[in-house]
Amino acid sequence: MEPKNNNDVRIGFYVCHCGHNIAAMVDCPEVARFAQQLPNVVLSRDYKYMCSDPGQELVQKDIQEFRLNRVVVASCSPLLHEHTFRGACEAAGLNPFYFQMVNIREHNSWVHTDRAEATEKAKALVQGAIERVARHKKLEQKKVPIHPDVLVVGGGIAGIHAAMTLANAGKKVYLVEREPSIGGHMAKFDKTFPTLDCAACILTPKMSEVGSHPNITLLSYSEVTKMEGYVGNYTVTVKRKPRYIIEDLCTGCQDCITNCVFKEPKFPDEFNEGLGKRRPVYIPFPQATPQVVLIDPEVCLNFKRGKPGQEPVVSDRCKKTCVEACGEKKAIDFTQKETFETLKVGTIIVATGFKTFDAERIPQYGYGRYPGVYTALEIERLVNASGPTGGHVVMRDGREPKSIGIIHCVGSRDKKTNRWCSRVCCMYSMKLAHLLKEHTGAEIYNFYIDMRTPGKGYEEFYDKLLEEGVHFIRGRVGEVTDWAYAPGEDGKLVIRVEDTLAGYVRRIPVDMVVLSTGLEPQADAQEVRRLFNMSCGSEGFFLERHPKLAPVNTFNDGIYIAGACQGPRDIPDTVAQAGAAAAEAMALIDKGYIEQEPNTAYVLAEECCGCKSCLPLCPYTAITFDESSGKATINEALCKGCGTCVASCPSGSIVQNLFDDEEIFSEIHGVLAYD
Amino acid sequence: MTKEWKPRIVAFFCNWCTYTAADLAGVSRLKYASNIRVIRLMCSGRVDPQFILEALAQGADAVLIGGCHPFDCHYAEGNYKCLRRFEMLKRLLQQMGIEQDRVRLEWISAAEGEKVRRVVNEMVETIKKLGPLGLPKRFEEWDREMEHFAQRVQACDAACGAPQCGHAAASHNPTMESAHV
Repeated sequence: MEPKNNNDVRIGFYVCHCGHNIAAMVDCPEVARFAQQLPNVVLSRDYKYMCSDPGQELVQKDIQEFRLNRVVVASCSPLLHEHTFRGACEAAGLNPFYFQMVNIREHNSWVHTDRAEATEKAKALVQGAIERVARHKKLEQKKVPIHPDVLVVGGGIAGIHAAMTLANAGKKVYLVEREPSIGGHMAKFDKTFPTLDCAACILTPKMSEVGSHPNITLLSYSEVTKMEGYVGNYTVTVKRKPRYIIEDLCTGCQDCITNCVFKEPKFPDEFNEGLGKRRPVYIPFPQATPQVVLIDPEVCLNFKRGKPGQEPVVSDRCKKTCVEACGEKKAIDFTQKETFETLKVGTIIVATGFKTFDAERIPQYGYGRYPGVYTALEIERLVNASGPTGGHVVMRDGREPKSIGIIHCVGSRDKKTNRWCSRVCCMYSMKLAHLLKEHTGAEIYNFYIDMRTPGKGYEEFYDKLLEEGVHFIRGRVGEVTDWAYAPGEDGKLVIRVEDTLAGYVRRIPVDMVVLSTGLEPQADAQEVRRLFNMSCGSEGFFLERHPKLAPVNTFNDGIYIAGACQGPRDIPDTVAQAGAAAAEAMALIDKGYIEQEPNTAYVLAEECCGCKSCLPLCPYTAITFDESSGKATINEALCKGCGTCVASCPSGSIVQNLFDDEEIFSEIHGVLAYD
Repeated sequence: MTKEWKPRIVAFFCNWCTYTAADLAGVSRLKYASNIRVIRLMCSGRVDPQFILEALAQGADAVLIGGCHPFDCHYAEGNYKCLRRFEMLKRLLQQMGIEQDRVRLEWISAAEGEKVRRVVNEMVETIKKLGPLGLPKRFEEWDREMEHFAQRVQACDAACGAPQCGHAAASHNPTMESAHV
């Protein structure tokens, strides 16, 4: 269509078909015709894919040819492609903030079912944008330098891999881990599917590399308690919990452990899922990183047990044989208190992992009630050569199991607990089936809903298991009971299941039951989310910026997510994602600066009446009051552009760039002008 | 206006939670009523009560504001500021004779695409029951009324030779007029 007027404001309007995504529900040519007759619109086009190279080139060509000074694109969400089209404007020599985007895909064609109505709505939204863009102003983006250091939260395989990648690229990394040792869940696994390589053999070299890497500062037994600042310039407070051991002085000789007054290990060992025992002074597992022991004040005789939440008090009632054994090293310090460290970083990678489903939530499977029922993670420790039984699969009553039932989807694909598929359980169940068969020679029954084996070599692993003679029974288990009524069921656990392939209900007596528990968000995922200003999906896993195009980014720039904190995933995917997060962080750091969205607010000094009502509203203390002039001023560097002060100013003397009153009022007018 | 009346709702969604939730609703292909026109703001704290009044005055039948849940505001506490103003505004609207159901504030997190669908559909149903607000039309009527009064006053003045009935216009729904201005 031809240009028509010659006013100062010359708007180019484009409506995108997005293939059929928009065009199927919105009459795009009709929207273009409608826009053509709106004030200041010089030209109006519809095009199949605006975000494609030809689409962007079209915008650039038109800007130059028709001397456009405003551009409106009606397509997908601005959160997706605003950046793209601003770039196209800039490339054609137009200030990128003379651009406005209309969301007619996510907010329109994808959510409506009536083509006429959707087209009407598109027209209204387009008119809003066209009226708004006419009032846009030229703005400059401010460049802010980026602090080159990175914080990685969580020392599981995701955090370890991300930290190593960054450190090898020469970045300084702080790795914060809540537990006394890094390693996460992977350190507990025996073998990894489908290759059956030993988890410790591939993980522990990486762990010790982290421990000794000159670019990595490992803060174990620590938690992030506070984050302030913005992308490129975060200030993070880390709480370092007392180990009662001076980390720098401990050599990891473990003489204190062998010389503890408790001659025998007596307390449940967390690393072995409570199947093993440890002393009050302990190291979580032999390859723990850092190689530093710690003291559990809850059980150590030298502490008085306080009420929960209270700090432990030194009682001095123990002989302190550990201190004696430590000798000259003097690494033990019973008076240690928690301390706080402040770190300055530019980017943050959150890799806080998952927790396994609490099997007691499904009482009919008998976990916690029948000693013969185990969780999968317990079995990982039982079959592990460095586990509590040295790799001998013996049950809590000392018997070796002759028959084992593995129940899949415990706390997964279940409307009563968690609806999602935990992705790894089919594979790890088969891995455990293989390992248990190898260790015990028992008959193994897998109870599954569907076998889900997408992955390199995964289906082949399933085939291998079938050949090994492991039984697969399709059906969700109804209950596990010790109530025997048929011969051969005495002293056994009976699994009641409807075999949906055979078409009848079966009772299968076994010695041992393994519950393949699903993956859940960490118990404190919500607090962590708030801490880093992220979002969670409805199931509680951290939300990525875009499921396909920005899978490791969050809505907070400079904060990335990796691993199972974003959703259930296996080790290969976790490592890949951790690498991606590290690369994203590096891309930002190596650029050296970030361009801030110029949506900050400023005070029109001549109109400010000095009422001070804006001062307490700013959460960033960006507004100060100048006593000499009697006016408020906004520090642009501190302002983050929420606009709260703008909305509250009684004299209307605060203006927010990109969202000023005039722009919003014209958008309101525009969306309602079309009837 | 010969077309069948359909409610028109202007929505102010914060960039970080509710706008993203509406995007999620789109990506999840949840279907909801098309009566809503979303205006994106960085924070619900930016919602000036004047925006709401302006939208109603320009012909919106209702206004929906969407912000982050308490404790979740991207800007720490903009949503509380929004809530405070909103509660004040509701009282004001009541005094103006505008039904409270025509303005709604909802906390919708980025994960709650389903809630966007529910809230929009609920609101459309509510407004359908309430019927059109039609402020622009009412303003026209009031303007005509005012003109009529003014003419009468003039006629009266002309007859009596002195201004007497000046108070008649002022007593007529003063709050609505101030909103119009």
